[in-house]
Amino acid sequence: MIRLNINGQAREVDADPATPLLYVLRDHLELNGAKFGCGLGQCGACTVLLEGRAVFSCVTPVSAVKERRVTTLEGLGTPGKPGRVQRAFIAEQAAQCGFCIPGMILQAQALLERNPRPSAAEIREQMSGNLCRCGTHMRILRAVERAAREP
Amino acid sequence: MRLPPRPLVLLGVVAAACAACATDTIAPAAAPARASFDPVLIAKGAQLSAIGNCQVCHSAERGKSFAGGRPLETPFGTIYATNITPEPDTGIGRWPEEAFRRALREGVDREGRHLYPAFPYEYYTRLTDEDIRALYAFIMTREPVRAKNRPNALRPPFNLRALLGIWKGLYFERAAFQPDAARSAQWNRGAYLVNALGHCSACHTPRNFLGGEEKDRLFSGGEAEGWHGPALNALSPSPVPWNAGQLFKYLRTGLDDLHAIAAGPMAPVVHNLAQVPEEEVRAMSVYLETLAGAPSEERRKNAAAALAQAKGAPPAESRGAEVYAGACAACHDQGREASSGGALHLALGSAMTIPTSANLLHITLEGIPAPEGQPGRAMPGFANALTDDQVKDLMAYIREHFGRAPAWTDVDRELAKIREERK
Repeated sequence: MIRLNINGQAREVDADPATPLLYVLRDHLELNGAKFGCGLGQCGACTVLLEGRAVFSCVTPVSAVKERRVTTLEGLGTPGKPGRVQRAFIAEQAAQCGFCIPGMILQAQALLERNPRPSAAEIREQMSGNLCRCGTHMRILRAVERAAREP
Repeated sequence: MRLPPRPLVLLGVVAAACAACATDTIAPAAAPARASFDPVLIAKGAQLSAIGNCQVCHSAERGKSFAGGRPLETPFGTIYATNITPEPDTGIGRWPEEAFRRALREGVDREGRHLYPAFPYEYYTRLTDEDIRALYAFIMTREPVRAKNRPNALRPPFNLRALLGIWKGLYFERAAFQPDAARSAQWNRGAYLVNALGHCSACHTPRNFLGGEEKDRLFSGGEAEGWHGPALNALSPSPVPWNAGQLFKYLRTGLDDLHAIAAGPMAPVVHNLAQVPEEEVRAMSVYLETLAGAPSEERRKNAAAALAQAKGAPPAESRGAEVYAGACAACHDQGREASSGGALHLALGSAMTIPTSANLLHITLEGIPAPEGQPGRAMPGFANALTDDQVKDLMAYIREHFGRAPAWTDVDRELAKIREERK
């Protein structure tokens, strides 16, 4: 059994040590916020936070996570009570198909936890590893700026 | 009594005499008007400048081109690249061509002060008059930027410019390029580009404790910005020996099927070489192939073994193997097959076989970013995903299994250095 700390809760899973964290989140724990995009750490759809920093969960083996703090989309808020970054993404209607948005939100969350007042250039740099094929990048950037302004 | 090393003795003896070593000032002149330069010459200068990598060092990150400010970490402290735009007060706008030529050939600025060899005049000294004229035309027609040079932060005694007179006496030789009549024109063109303008040796040759090139170990592997510049001669660490065709592909695109992708300080070099005439890069490749000579029987055997290993999946029975299986294998196990992530099988890469873990640590932690605004391969960094212990386990496993070499002893030190830089 592998012990994990997901969104503040201790969890135990029975998985091969080399299993990507993403598969464990989705298949074992039914946390479906993080998405499978490319499986190669190239697109960012699977982004979650590890000790507050963004990682690609598709190339992070679950055995490497140990009991470090993992935060997924579900850890930021609920449909009834979305978190600050989630509210900003809704207000800016940043999603089109929405597949990339959980990763975008977590990537933005990681930035704002470390740097609460990022410049436009810093936002672009942080978000540059996350791809959106619908092309709503400008709305996504506005959402991150909004989240940074709001308490 | 033990005598200090010879260069130190010399340093002491000549230091006093050398305060006046620097040369004459060349009188300032008004910056020449753009129209006074032949557009063909400017275009030629642009290509030469790309091969010389001028813009990379002389521009700060997200700064204006050629306006300086980029920090260059050296074993002696930090040197800040200078503003070489034609701005009259803070750039080189008042430098006549004679001063520009003297800087490249002798490492002296317009006012006669010695320049630090971070500016690679050791190699530029071999440039032809014609090429220097073209470079001058190109540089003097860039956008003038007002940006004051940032003072260097060098440790004493390296902060004393006058001492550079001694350094030059020891390590700098003013010499023109000598073509080899027995070789083809293409080979000679390549030799000139590699050894004069391209200054490849600056990063691919070891330097002694005073930063002097070890001339008897030319191209035996050097150091640049915390990365190891692999040997280009017969000591090449590449599991599969390079040929001119592969070198051309690599220098032009940053990628060859049987060798690692260009990363670290080499990434901007190949980005520049993608923009110059193809025949220049072909010539460099032809010359570079001959640096290593024909591969020995042993190298050929090793290459065959590496290629065979690159076909199979590795065993997984250690902590490092577990990290590899979860973090690396998805892309790297299949090698550069069309259906995979296009990553190199690690049995073929030189980061595994070089004497230091620095390059593999940089790549593992920072990834390999695709060039900004350019199509290119990218590898994600694992600095946030892996703990130090996991990185160390991974290094030990990769070194043993793919590098087939004795364990690195510098992992702790190099890892701490990179973690510190990332803070």
